[in-house]
Amino acid sequence: MDPFDEMLSGPDEVRGPYKKYYDWFRDQDPAQLRKKLREAETFFRRSGITFAVYGSQEAAERLIPFDILPRIISGQEWRRLAEGIEQRVIAINAFLSDIYHRQEIIRAGRIPRELIEGNDAYLPEMIGFTPPGNIYTHIMGTDIVRTGEGEFFVLEDNARTPSGVSYMLENRETMMQMFPTLFSTNRVRPVENYPNALRASLKALAPPGCRGEPTIAVLTPGIYNSAYFEHSFLADQMGVELVEGSDLRIVDGRVAMRTTRGYQPIDVLYRRIDDDFLDPMTFRPDSALGVPGIMDVYRAGNITIANAPGTGIADDKAIYSYIPEIVEFYTGRKPLLPNVPTYRCSEPDSLKYVLDNLEDLVVKEVHGSGGYGMLVGPTSTKKQRSEFAKKLKANPRNYIAQPTLSLSTVPIVGQRGLSPRHVDLRPFVLVSDQIRIMPGGLTRVALKKGSLVVNSSQGGGTKDTWVLED
Amino acid sequence: MLGKTANGLFWMFRYIERAGNCARLVEAGLRMALTHSSGGEDEWASIIATAGVVQGFKARHGTDYTAANVIDFLLRDRENPSSVRSSIDAARNNARLVRTAVTREVWESVNQCWMTTNDNLRHVIREAELPAILESIKQDSSLIRGSLHGSMLRNENYDFARLGTFVERADNTARILDVKYYILLPSVAFVGSTLDNIQWESILRSVSAQRSYRWTYDPDYQPANIADFLILNRRMPRSLAFTYDKIVANLTYLAEDYGERHPCHETAERNLNRLRGKQISDIFELGLHEFLQEFISDNNRLSAEIAEAYMFV
Repeated sequence: MDPFDEMLSGPDEVRGPYKKYYDWFRDQDPAQLRKKLREAETFFRRSGITFAVYGSQEAAERLIPFDILPRIISGQEWRRLAEGIEQRVIAINAFLSDIYHRQEIIRAGRIPRELIEGNDAYLPEMIGFTPPGNIYTHIMGTDIVRTGEGEFFVLEDNARTPSGVSYMLENRETMMQMFPTLFSTNRVRPVENYPNALRASLKALAPPGCRGEPTIAVLTPGIYNSAYFEHSFLADQMGVELVEGSDLRIVDGRVAMRTTRGYQPIDVLYRRIDDDFLDPMTFRPDSALGVPGIMDVYRAGNITIANAPGTGIADDKAIYSYIPEIVEFYTGRKPLLPNVPTYRCSEPDSLKYVLDNLEDLVVKEVHGSGGYGMLVGPTSTKKQRSEFAKKLKANPRNYIAQPTLSLSTVPIVGQRGLSPRHVDLRPFVLVSDQIRIMPGGLTRVALKKGSLVVNSSQGGGTKDTWVLED
Repeated sequence: MLGKTANGLFWMFRYIERAGNCARLVEAGLRMALTHSSGGEDEWASIIATAGVVQGFKARHGTDYTAANVIDFLLRDRENPSSVRSSIDAARNNARLVRTAVTREVWESVNQCWMTTNDNLRHVIREAELPAILESIKQDSSLIRGSLHGSMLRNENYDFARLGTFVERADNTARILDVKYYILLPSVAFVGSTLDNIQWESILRSVSAQRSYRWTYDPDYQPANIADFLILNRRMPRSLAFTYDKIVANLTYLAEDYGERHPCHETAERNLNRLRGKQISDIFELGLHEFLQEFISDNNRLSAEIAEAYMFV
């Protein structure tokens, strides 16, 4: 069966949300469009919106390819998605609070204790501590895939440090510059206020020790990090400082940044480094990226760390398969957005099934990210499968498997006109005094024909994502 | 402002200035070589000395001061931390660090410069393309300075960027003079021969000042006038007096903004006072070489004191 095409339901038959766009598109001169595309690339390169790719020397700085055909979502579809996402982030925060306090969900037998307490992402240092506002995941990016009309699944909850929001913003900016008329004929909901929303959201969760207007800063691992562009972009747009561990030290029980006028305290730290590196005195002693002693300041209520340390347990792939139970446990309702069916290879029956059906499954490492270390059954060779089977048998708990969904496609504009490519969607959610969901998100698109891997580290591209006002 | 940001701005502009100066030095050397009037290798050796990279060059090429070796070392060699390529890399890395502290124009001009330079210097340079490449480096660095000038708020960010520019420029001009000081000294051996004229013009050329010299002084080159122009003339944008006027001005803005003075303020003012109200004959009397040596070392001290005062690291 052909995958679901989000734009075309047949030759020259266009689905609702794309109607106005397609009318416009048909009138365009393809040569002109290609010229526009080259313009967009020059624009990205000049402004240095690049993405560092690990392990690829000559392409140390590569552009994430941008496709000019937007991914369009109707207002109605979006409302469903937004409700589902909201339910999920509420449940995930409640879950995090619970497992670091009373652990009701474990006591109720809904999740094995081992799975939580034996997990590296579970931080004993957080037990019994309540972060400001009892919020753990302030910024979340939920990866969603689609298989048909109204059929959406959550593929992954990025609860620790979701990235990509800067591309959402720059893609919109680029589209508005290149095709201003499109935005007068289509009523596209704005995403531009994300930096303001982020600042408001962070500000609302100042720690108890904060006096007066909270000072916010973004903590980056530095310019060699693949997402450095985003870190500096967000700091800039929010009008706050972008700091590295080497700029920070503890002064009078506060985390303070070294400025040209001396050390100044920080109240809210939006950190883009992993838990492990946050505090060499508490976690990895060899980390030069973090701030020695920051966890003590945190526990004393003198700084807010967003997202909270220990949040990663919620987007661990081993936990993922329990999210439907988690949603039900904390909200008392069935999940509005379903998970992709997931086999836990730690369970002997599932492992057997997975080994027997490797050809049809996607197998992922429980702790992996960025599309590395996974097996995509249908496109794999026999040799790859037998190698992977060995790994699976050696360490089954390290893997989960999912059926290969027939992911929806949206056309991209290629050299010879339109060609359908698989997409996913990462909407961004801010959790604070209120829940703020940006109407849109980052649409990632696999550029190779038939490929299901959309990760930018593996050659995926992006599209502007429109949510229509209707 | 973060100390790191001030540091990034300061060094970003030091490196941009350095790249432009290095291109100018090569250009002057090239000119000398084309006139076939001097011992070619001596001239290139003195350029390596002016750039302050003798050690590195020897490690790489020994004493083989051929045009090709020197040009490659000064423009392309990544092992040479002061080569144009290394400087532009370092400038852009600093620019990435301080992206949020400069305007979009400034960032884009640096990024553009980095892309062009990397492109131009990817392969060993053929003689025929050299002039165009040198021109492009000078143009790009002018564009960066221009975008700073035209688009930046005159705040602390601007002050640190300007301090970097002028500390580097002062160092560069002083070095050019110091390596060639002997041809500027009043001496019986130099009587205004063709060779002398070419040497003197080369000095002016390495600070892009052949034409403005003629506007200011008697068009016949006089070594004392050249020294006066590069050391004491307050209107000449690459002279020591000019750069220190600017350094003191920018440090004064910072002191006013922050309500605090530091040792770097004293040092900068002391250095400026040594250049004000002086005649070039006073400096010759003192010893040109000694004067320049002391100036270079004081300028280095100033750089370190600025870093210390504003918590660069």
